[in-house]
Amino acid sequence: MASRQTETKGDIKRVYRHIVRYKKHFAAGAVAILLTNAFGMVAPWLIKDAIEMLEGGTATSARLLNYALAVIAVSLLSGFFLYFLRRTIIWASRYIEYDIRNEITSKLLGLPRSYYNVTPTGDIIVRLSSDVEAVRMMIGPGIMQFSNTIVAGSIAIALMFILSPTLTLVALLPFPILAYTFKKVAFRVYSLAFQIQNHFSTMSAFVQENIAGVRIVRSYNQESSQTSEFESLNKDYIGLNLKLAKLQGLFQPVVMLEVGVILLVVLYFGGIQVINGSLTLGVLVAFLLYLMMLVWPVMAIGWTITLYQRGMASQKRIDAILDIIPDVRDSEQVSEATNLKPEIEFRNLSFAYPGTARTILKDVTLSVPAGKTTAFVGRTGCGKSTLLDLMMRAYRVEDGVLLIGGRDINSIPLSQLRRFIGYVPQESFLFSDTLYENISFGLQEVNRERSETSASLAKLSGDIAEFPNRFETLVGERGITLSGGQKQRAALARALARDPQILILDDAFSAVDTSTEEQILTGIESVVKSRTTIIVSHRVSTVKRADLIHVLDGGRVIDSGSHGELLERCELYADIVSRQELEEQLEQL
Amino acid sequence: MSEFFIEDELTGKAYDSRLMRRLVAYLRPYRGHVFLAAVLLLVGSALQLVGPVIVKYAIDNYIAKHDLPGLTGICAIYLGILIVSFFLTWAQIYTMEWVGQMTVYRLRMEVFNHIQTLDISFFEKNPVGRVLTRVTGDINALNELLSSGVVTIIGDVVVLFGIVGFMLAIDLKLALVTLTVIPFLALSAFLFRARVRDVYREIRRQIARLNAFIQEHVSGVSIVQFFGQEKRTLAKFASINRDLMREHQRSVIYYAVFFPVIRILSALSLALIIWYGGGEVIAGAMTFGTLVAFTQYIERFFRPIMDLSEKYNILQSAMASAERVFKLLDTKPVFMDTPHALGWSDCKGAVKFDSVSFAYNANDWVLKNVSFEIKPGEKVAIVGATGAGKTTITGLLLRFYDHQRGSIYLDDIDIKRIRTSDLRRHIGLVLQDVFLFSGELDKNIRLGDSSITDDKLHAAAHDVNLDRFISSLPGGYKFKTGERGVSLSVGQKQLLSFARALARDPRILILDEATSSVDTETEMLIQEALDRLMENRTSIIIAHRLSTIKKVDRILVMHKGQIRESGTHAELLQMKGIYWKLYQLQYRLQDAAVKSPQESEVAK
Repeated sequence: MASRQTETKGDIKRVYRHIVRYKKHFAAGAVAILLTNAFGMVAPWLIKDAIEMLEGGTATSARLLNYALAVIAVSLLSGFFLYFLRRTIIWASRYIEYDIRNEITSKLLGLPRSYYNVTPTGDIIVRLSSDVEAVRMMIGPGIMQFSNTIVAGSIAIALMFILSPTLTLVALLPFPILAYTFKKVAFRVYSLAFQIQNHFSTMSAFVQENIAGVRIVRSYNQESSQTSEFESLNKDYIGLNLKLAKLQGLFQPVVMLEVGVILLVVLYFGGIQVINGSLTLGVLVAFLLYLMMLVWPVMAIGWTITLYQRGMASQKRIDAILDIIPDVRDSEQVSEATNLKPEIEFRNLSFAYPGTARTILKDVTLSVPAGKTTAFVGRTGCGKSTLLDLMMRAYRVEDGVLLIGGRDINSIPLSQLRRFIGYVPQESFLFSDTLYENISFGLQEVNRERSETSASLAKLSGDIAEFPNRFETLVGERGITLSGGQKQRAALARALARDPQILILDDAFSAVDTSTEEQILTGIESVVKSRTTIIVSHRVSTVKRADLIHVLDGGRVIDSGSHGELLERCELYADIVSRQELEEQLEQL
Repeated sequence: MSEFFIEDELTGKAYDSRLMRRLVAYLRPYRGHVFLAAVLLLVGSALQLVGPVIVKYAIDNYIAKHDLPGLTGICAIYLGILIVSFFLTWAQIYTMEWVGQMTVYRLRMEVFNHIQTLDISFFEKNPVGRVLTRVTGDINALNELLSSGVVTIIGDVVVLFGIVGFMLAIDLKLALVTLTVIPFLALSAFLFRARVRDVYREIRRQIARLNAFIQEHVSGVSIVQFFGQEKRTLAKFASINRDLMREHQRSVIYYAVFFPVIRILSALSLALIIWYGGGEVIAGAMTFGTLVAFTQYIERFFRPIMDLSEKYNILQSAMASAERVFKLLDTKPVFMDTPHALGWSDCKGAVKFDSVSFAYNANDWVLKNVSFEIKPGEKVAIVGATGAGKTTITGLLLRFYDHQRGSIYLDDIDIKRIRTSDLRRHIGLVLQDVFLFSGELDKNIRLGDSSITDDKLHAAAHDVNLDRFISSLPGGYKFKTGERGVSLSVGQKQLLSFARALARDPRILILDEATSSVDTETEMLIQEALDRLMENRTSIIIAHRLSTIKKVDRILVMHKGQIRESGTHAELLQMKGIYWKLYQLQYRLQDAAVKSPQESEVAK
């Protein structure tokens, strides 16, 4: 899919901007290119002089040695600058690659949920790796090789012209043909490569389905029909590749042939001139050497064209991320709110996820009073988690009003809002890092004491004492695997460590048993009492503790009150309570 | 998830003889072509190297002796050689490319075929993306190694030896003097190689770290944002990114040093030619032509060396790919048909579980001592809470997994003795989450079974109430669904999966009923279709709909890996046991839904 964009190009200004940032490197690189080629081109001239000296019979062993030493000297100089050529341009291209990656990542970290809902992680990784690399290849090796071709070509041709204008013209005669071949072949190669990319996508998609649908493939005995279908895709793919091979295989021999012909032409006409005395043998030899020096730079042109095309296509895919204007962002009018009261109010708020039609919240009006514990209950899909997402501004509120401490949520800076709220998610996500790093994740500076206090509040200290490296134990893929309950308690500790004004517990204890949950909640009672707490839970025992319970159904608040009140008057609430009791009974059977 | 990237690092050797031997074995069927390419390569390279010799003769024998017709003659010969070598080179490149592509084609088929035999549990452990990469990206990397890599490397080596040979043949002494640089060359190449191998290994490690970091922080991006840690996360990323950049720059240094060294060594040879060769010319022991020919050879001698060092990285990553591909090929399916597996054509449809126990992971029993019997044509529903083991029963019956204890019989034959393809032919599976392949609708119903005629297919679609919908689509049965069937509604997808099963007319039907709610009209269509589907077949249904439960002959209640209750809906309700509780929890609402339509929205 992505490969279909190859035809279009990215923003060249962005590419320039990177080059401008490292202009010193590129300027030094330009000097290096000039000098390495200038010195490199001296050697054939020296050989010419040496041979002319030999021809004239004025040569002595000492003079030859001087020439030999001169050849070594210029090559040392040329080599010295050749080193700087890579050390500047390619070096800078690695800086640029680094910058681009940071730029993309910085952008990514600011993108809201709506972006991640529709973008596969694999796609993001491809852009950060292959696409960035393609842009770097264009900026680094691409520019280096292209400039080198121009400089080497100009110097060599100029020197050849000085040596013999007529022979130069003769030698350059076949060049237009060479250029024409390039253009012709390059274009066809490009269009074939494009077809191959598309076919590759088709083939990948087929294999992807075959793997993703493995149960259907197996249970319907489709293995052989899938194989034969894949075989034909594979065959077509190879067919296209062979077509390209035929063309590309032609490329190298054609260039070799044409170079050979040029050499031959020079040898023949130069030979004639030497025979009739209008040219020295030395000049002819120098000429042949210059021509040899031109072969590779000329052949590299095709390569640089490909680098440019691929680089620009990748730049476009990078632009696609950089150009996103997130729907959740600080507007210009935001200002830090002082003395924000930890209370939340929804007024006639309706919400549908971006790009979908289904309304999740319908005309919700409710309040979460400061300093109290408020619970949300309702069946799966009633909109509880969405309510919490909106409080954290994971999505933009468009229809209705959401007030935090009496201020419109959109007018509070995101950073302040999120400092204000401590969030314990349903799926406790920990990073593959030490436990300490995870718990102190939200702290701006190192605060060992607070992290430890939070861990003990979250009833995690006992577990930590048993881990191999205590607080420094790595968790996740490269470390120990925490149980679901341990993860949830770590996530709680992480939120408590920030000492938030509002604490949100989104079904945060589903993986611990009821009695452990009781213990945890009792443990954090002191914390909970002094601030606003929002609880979503399936456990009646948890919800019961709340001062205020909102019952949601189908995206609406159908009732609010205390446990006792609701049990009496709200049918749905009573039903949820009795179902929960049943579930507990089943669990014990 | 980051394990994916760790695995992708592997050893990072540039050349591994064990892997290489295994790769080369794939060339065996094409050894004739390889031989031809080798001959073409030898002759072609030799002809390419003739150039400087011709220049030598032209200078010594004709230009120096003012022999114009002779010069014309030798130039004509040269032109002929150029043309011949053009065709030879082309033929050689194409032949080798052909061999490479054919090999890759076969390797890709082999990997794909292999994937078709792997256990279902393999796919549960390995993410789709990883397996996909083996078939696509990794094999493409091998192509680069086989068709361009191997040949150009061989070509470069041949040219190197060829040049040395020609130089020795033209003038032994000058050649030896010129080639005194070779030890230095070998030494610098050796030092370069060792460092580059190191640095690339380190680069791959850093790339793996970087990718794992991104992977993880994209998954946890909400946590980063909610905790206001964007800046710190970016700083952490930047530090990994910087480590990677430093390693890259280290490789830049190696190349930046290596290339000038080669250039200087090349100049050294040239200087030796001028000094020593020139001296010989003065002494009359050597001709101008020889001198000129040597200058040309030297220019050509150092080119392949630079070429080879540029390809080092490609070789290294191709080796890593080869290692991963072979590792996949070496993953053997845990269970396979026994060699004397029975063909099974006549199925009546009796199913019997006899004290079956099963664990996905050792000793973590998901099914414990499960026994039940289903008579041919009987309709049985399996109910239970999430994780009770319902789906596992169907997985065992289809032999997605093998049970560790007890036996499963179909028509009194142990299923471990039945050929898997025959077994599955008689069982129609309808999954909860309907998987649609991209492509035409008829293809999606037929699923590769060419014995299903158009008539049979249309009849099946008709019987599951799908034909009216299909004929309303542009192209009818040839309507193309997108990947995962974006354009079909949930209900339509369910009907389509019914049609799939019905078209094959299986003796046994396994249906994992969908939980998602559909509108009332579609619900009616589905119920009707379900009746036709179950007609005259042994049906095992993991039921989520009350209407289905009420329809079946018998209900098996699963709880924590065991069958705890069994009977009809009414009988089970009377027992006031597990089923009664499940009913209150899962199905009672559906009864209520009939009374108050407002609540039908709820189940999602």
